[in-house]
Order: sequence, then structure tokens, then C-alpha cells
Amino acid sequence: MHVHFLDPYRSGQSPIHRLDARVKFVLTLAFILTAALTPPGAWPVYILLFALVLAVEIFSEIGVGFVLKRAMLAFFFILAALPVIFTIPGPALFHLPLGAWTLTASLPGVERFLSIAMKSWVSIQAAILLATTTTFPELMTAMRAVRIPRLLVAIFGLMWRYLFVLADEALRLMRARQARSGYAGQPGLKPGGSLAWRGRVAGGMVGNLFLRAFERSDRIYMAMLARGYDGEMRLEPLPDLSNRSWLVLLVSMGMLVVLLAFALLFWA
Amino acid sequence: MHHSIEIDNLSFAYPDGHPALRQVCLHIQPGEKVALVGPNGAGKSTLILHLNGILTGKGDICIAGLPVIKQNLGLVRARVGMVFQNPDDQLFSPTVYEDVAFGPLYQGLPVAEVKSRVAEALSVVNMLEYAQRVSHHLSMGEKKRIAIATVLSMRPEVLVLDEPTAGLDPRARRSLINLLDELPLTMLVSTHDMLMVRDLFPRTVIMDEGCIVADGPTGKLLQDEALLNTHGLEKP
Amino acid sequence: MYLTNLLSPAPMHIPDGFLSVIVSVLLWIVSIAAVAYALKRVNQDLGERQVPLMGVLAAAIFAGQMLNFTVAGGTSGHLMGAAIATILLGPWAAVLVMTTVVGVQALVFQDGGLLALGANIFNMAVVGVAVSYFVYQTVYRLSRGQRWGIFVGGFLAAWTSIEIAALATGLELAISGTSPANLAIPAMGGIHAIIGIGESLITLGALAFIYATRPDLLGAGQKQVTGGKTLWVVGLVIAVALAIASPLASSHPDGLEWVAGQKGFLDTARGPLFQIIPDYVLPGVTNEALATILAGILGTLIVFGMALVVAYTRRNRSTPNQ
Repeated sequence: MHVHFLDPYRSGQSPIHRLDARVKFVLTLAFILTAALTPPGAWPVYILLFALVLAVEIFSEIGVGFVLKRAMLAFFFILAALPVIFTIPGPALFHLPLGAWTLTASLPGVERFLSIAMKSWVSIQAAILLATTTTFPELMTAMRAVRIPRLLVAIFGLMWRYLFVLADEALRLMRARQARSGYAGQPGLKPGGSLAWRGRVAGGMVGNLFLRAFERSDRIYMAMLARGYDGEMRLEPLPDLSNRSWLVLLVSMGMLVVLLAFALLFWA
Repeated sequence: MHHSIEIDNLSFAYPDGHPALRQVCLHIQPGEKVALVGPNGAGKSTLILHLNGILTGKGDICIAGLPVIKQNLGLVRARVGMVFQNPDDQLFSPTVYEDVAFGPLYQGLPVAEVKSRVAEALSVVNMLEYAQRVSHHLSMGEKKRIAIATVLSMRPEVLVLDEPTAGLDPRARRSLINLLDELPLTMLVSTHDMLMVRDLFPRTVIMDEGCIVADGPTGKLLQDEALLNTHGLEKP
Repeated sequence: MYLTNLLSPAPMHIPDGFLSVIVSVLLWIVSIAAVAYALKRVNQDLGERQVPLMGVLAAAIFAGQMLNFTVAGGTSGHLMGAAIATILLGPWAAVLVMTTVVGVQALVFQDGGLLALGANIFNMAVVGVAVSYFVYQTVYRLSRGQRWGIFVGGFLAAWTSIEIAALATGLELAISGTSPANLAIPAMGGIHAIIGIGESLITLGALAFIYATRPDLLGAGQKQVTGGKTLWVVGLVIAVALAIASPLASSHPDGLEWVAGQKGFLDTARGPLFQIIPDYVLPGVTNEALATILAGILGTLIVFGMALVVAYTRRNRSTPNQ
């Protein structure tokens, strides 16, 4: 029983898969920044941004449905922005009677809310594309390329290596608990124990997991020492970006800059 | 009188699409001790996880007459004592007492009853003196016994064990085999330990690639070297 | 579905699009500074052991966040981990561990945005750890090293870390104009006051287990660390500041927005960057119509450009990629 299905990476040979991870990383961030800087109400730009990310989804051969479904993850946070419809002053759009109060929706409010929703929606799609088309080791080279310290990248690497191992352990702990969570079937008995008890049991499981993690890290450290580890992470130098990669990077950045300029000129 | 375990046409595929069980049928009588053998990846562990509803596949399962469906899971789990392969994954409380007490406590039994159940379960596995010990510091053999005690305290009808003798030294192994021999419960044990199968289990079920390929008297099956070799097993 | 159960986004991981760019950038700067300092400290204090220990502990926290318990009906409580990390590893290593956890959650699992990552790291890895350190050290020293100090300290540190981090999140959303202050802050504060109890119970249970099995592992959180006094003060200041600022902001939301507006935090409409395009470019054609036409042209150019790039890369599909 493995939790490997948690890993969102889907292997493939699409042009997006084959694009250098460093380029993908930078472009994803640039795209999200562009969406963030686009002023509220700039609908054509939001639609163009969506078209852009949709095009990449199609080229990546990941499956538009898969990406959109996963994008629903951010959906619930949208509720936090809902009130903005009613609190931003402006010409009234509709009224919502709520008991003793009447909430008044304003046009700028609705505009603002929809803009937030659009920004969030296209940004998360970009992030999903990055994660599904790039293996984690490739993402680590991207981290190194943007000058994240080697020590931190090394911690990421070890975390990734043992993530699924420990997630498996956590899963088995939960199954063991499930297997012992039975009902006696006698009337008058309330199963489940108290909330505090359940919380402490879960805590005990976490403690168990951590303890084994500590001891595992000891064993890993010994294995690293046995192979000459002296505290310094020595990694191969990163290869230069190919001309093709530079081309993709510059053209894409160019498109984003033009889009942003368009947005700022007309709607700022 | 109902069967202890009734599995009919059980099929299951993992989220990544890999089919782990194909139309498995198995009926076990009360009091029977059955060994489940087969190569790694045959689906033994997957099958076991269906018995208390941790995994749900297509098909029907009944434990002691109770269908294993969502509404009955609480009752089913009290009837099936499931012991997993790695005791470290099951002993998640600070002391032995608390681990063995988990089952009865969860059921909401009164404290006096919980205490007596714990004492009873630990006596059966000969670990009564260990009640206040910290599970983490015990030996593998001791942990495996405690793990069995953690389900015995629920007074199950059926005991299901996944690789009970894996990782044990000869003395601990002999001790565990004697323990299993003494327990009167219906038993389904998944194992690679063919010697234990020969000594302890009158009936053997061979699984391979998600199907049951043989089901019959142990003596007869273990004589059929060709059958054993085809499914990655060796004659003891 | 199984997947969503394991990955249910905690209400504290802010996705992209909800924070104004200025708030995001500012918090990135603060987080980078904090992480850089933590790296330096860890290098000096922990030596060679650091990488395997922190990597595996980060994995353990991530996996630990999966271990939930039923609160009521369908809801469950689970762990964020800043407090337990601080107690087990000391504050600086805890900052790095929490940063990796939050980073992987954002990068790989889209739990929290990428631009917003700076804010999420600030809330959980910096505020969470600083406040945990402050509370735990205070209680532990008050108890003069007695056993109750560990458990009460851990329980309180866990709750406070969640609550203060939640208030910070609410404040950031309010300053960005995404959510009105008098709603976001009480909502975040209120919900997490309850969620914090889950964190406390789990932290308490974990500490009890570790105390029973390997009490030596609790040593790291108890000893004095370099820079510890400063961190203690930082933790105190953050906790107090947010505890005071939050009710203030939520009772004077207009005041908050006025301040935010003055400082340019809000994404409200500003005057155009520069008046390049006068109201009418061509006689009879309004700016709106022009914008629409331009949008169409730009869209076509984008699609055309992408198709070209793809065709160029596709043509060389048979050659191995560099």
C-alpha cells in the first residue's frame, strides 16, 4: 500500500515536459505575478491569461479536465473574499435581505470579487502545470538556479525522498487505529471515547512517527558518513540553458510583459 | 451456524488502476485455521484489508453473519482482530497498557471492564508483567505479542494476521507459533513461513496475481511441488 | 475522495490572487531574511548532522499532518507542527523545517500559492516558530525544568502558534483589501481558536509519547540558543502586536483601509500610469472599443506566437533534449 498516487507528476513527452525546469519555474512565477498585477476589471486580459494557461495545458497533454479539477482546491478560500461584494462602496447592483439587515452588492464589489477569483484560478492552474510536468529533482535544479542555498535544497531533497516512506507509515498507523476502532454493539455504550482522548491518541501516533523519524535520520547520517559525507553538499554544476530554452523564456516573458502593459494602460 | 468469513466475488483496483483482486471467493468456518500464501504482490495484504472495511472493493463480504458495509463497520471491527506486519505501526501509545486498552476504551466500556480485558489479553500472550512498560523499547518478539494483545482485548471472533513470524529469531518464532496454536479463534494468517504453515494450519489458500489459485488441505498442497514453484513458493 | 481527504487545504495556506502584490513582496523579503539567518545559525549550531535530521523531520511533519482525529461529525483536527518542531529541534532548525514543509506543500501540492508563499512561510515558519519559542521557553523556565513545564508549555505554545499565525493571515487579507477586516480577522481568529485546541492536544500527545520513550530528544527545545533572547523578544512582540492590532483593525476596518490605501497596499483603481492614450484616438472610436480590438489582436498574436514556439520545439522532437 503506497501513497505514491499523492505525487502529482505525470510523466510524458510533451513540449512542456521537455522544457527546461528552470524556464518553467521562472515563467510560472512570472505568470502568477502578471495575474497579480492585472488590475480588477481588466476582463479581456484575464480571459487572455486563461487562454494562455489553457494553451499550455493542451500542449502539456496532461488533460485539461485533470488540471481544472485539481484547481478546485483553491475554491473554498474564495469564500473568504465573498463579503467584498457587499463592502466596497459603489453603484448598487442588487440587494440581499438577510434577516434584519439588507446587504447591498455594488458593481465594484462584484468586479473585485470576480477579479480575485480569476487571478486565483489562473494562478493555481499555472502552478498545477509546473508540478505535473516537472519531476521534483528537476524542480530542485530550478531552486538552485534561482540561488536558493544548497543547504536548503538538500533538505528539500531528503524531505522528498522520505516523504512517501513516512506518509506510508502514517497511513499504516491510521489503519491500525481504524482496525481497533470497533463498536461493542451493547446498548448504553457510547463509542469513540472523549475528544481529549482521541486528540492524545492522535498525538501519540505523531510522537511515534517523529521518534522513528529521528532514529531513521541517525541511520541515514551513518550511511552518509560511510560514503564520505563531511557536512558540505557537493552537487554537479548546472548545465547552461540551451538556445531553445532562452528563446522560449524570452518570447513568453515578452508576451506576459505586453499583456501586463496592455492591462495597466487601459485599466489601471 | 454462519461462516466466520464469507468473501464472494471480491474485486479491487488501486487508485492508480492496478487491479489487486480479481473475483476472489473464500469461505472460512468458525474455528478453522487457514494459511494464506503466495508471492509478494499477490494481493494477500489487500485481501486482508477488506475484511474490516479499511479497503472497499466490488463484491460481498460477511464477517460472522454481518455484511461488511459502511453502517456495520464499527461492529465488524470489534469482531475482526487484525494484526499488521510491523508492530511499530500498531503500538502507538506510550505504554503497553494504553495500547491494549485502546480497543475497549474506544468501544466505551466502563473502566473496570477495560482493566480486566487488558489483564486477560496480556495473560493470553504471556506479557502481563509488561503492562507499564514502554512499547518502543521492547524486542521484536515482545512487540508482536503485544500487538496481538491489542486486538485480543476486543474479544474478536476472528483473528487475521499479516506475516506474524517475519523478522523473529528462532526462539521468538517458536514462542509465537505455540501461542497461535493455543488460541481457539478462527484464524486467517498471511505468511511466507512454509514450515509454520505445515505445522499449524490444516487448510491452505494460495494466491497469485489477485486470484485464488488453490484452496485445500495443507498436506496435499505442500506435496505438489510444481504448483508451489509456479506461484513463487518453495516446498518446506 | 481519498486524495482530498489527505490534502484538505488548511484554512491558513493562502492561495495566489488573495494578497496584494506589495504585501506579498514585503513578506517575501522578511521571510528570506529570516530563513537566511536561520541557515546561518543552523550551520554553526548543528554541524554536519543537520541535513538528514531536518530533511526527515520535515517529512515527518508533513506525514504527521495526515494524522487526524475526529472532532465532530465529519470534521477533523490535525497538526500544523510549528510548536512540536520548535520543541524538538530548537527554533532555527524549526524555521528551516517548516519552510520546507510549506514550500513543498505549495510547489508540489498547490496548498498555498507561489507568490503568496512568502506570506505563508512568514505566517507558519516564522511567526509560528517565534511565538512557539516564546511561549514554551517562558512556561518551561517558570516551571524551573519540572515535567509539567514541558506539557503545559507545549500545549500553550501549540495553541498560541496557531492563533497568532491565523491573526496574521487575517490581517494580511484585510490589508490587501481581499476581505473586510471586521470579518476576516474575527473569523480567522475565531475558527483557529478552536482548531488550535486540536493542535494543542496532538502536540501534548506527541510530547507525552516522546517523553515516555526518549526524553533526551526534548533537550533541544529547552536549552539556550544563540540569538535565543532576541528570538524570544521577537516572539513576544509579534504575539502582543498581533493580539492588539487584530481586534483594533477589526473594529476600525475603515481606518485600516484608509491606512492601507494611503500606503498604496490596496489594489484599488489608481490613475493610469501615464496618459499615453488620449480619450479619442480616432474620431468616433471610443477607448473601450479600441481596447476590445486590441485585445483581439493581442490574443491572435499570442496564439500564433505559441503555435510557432511549439512547432519549433516539436520539429526537433526526435533529437534528445538538452
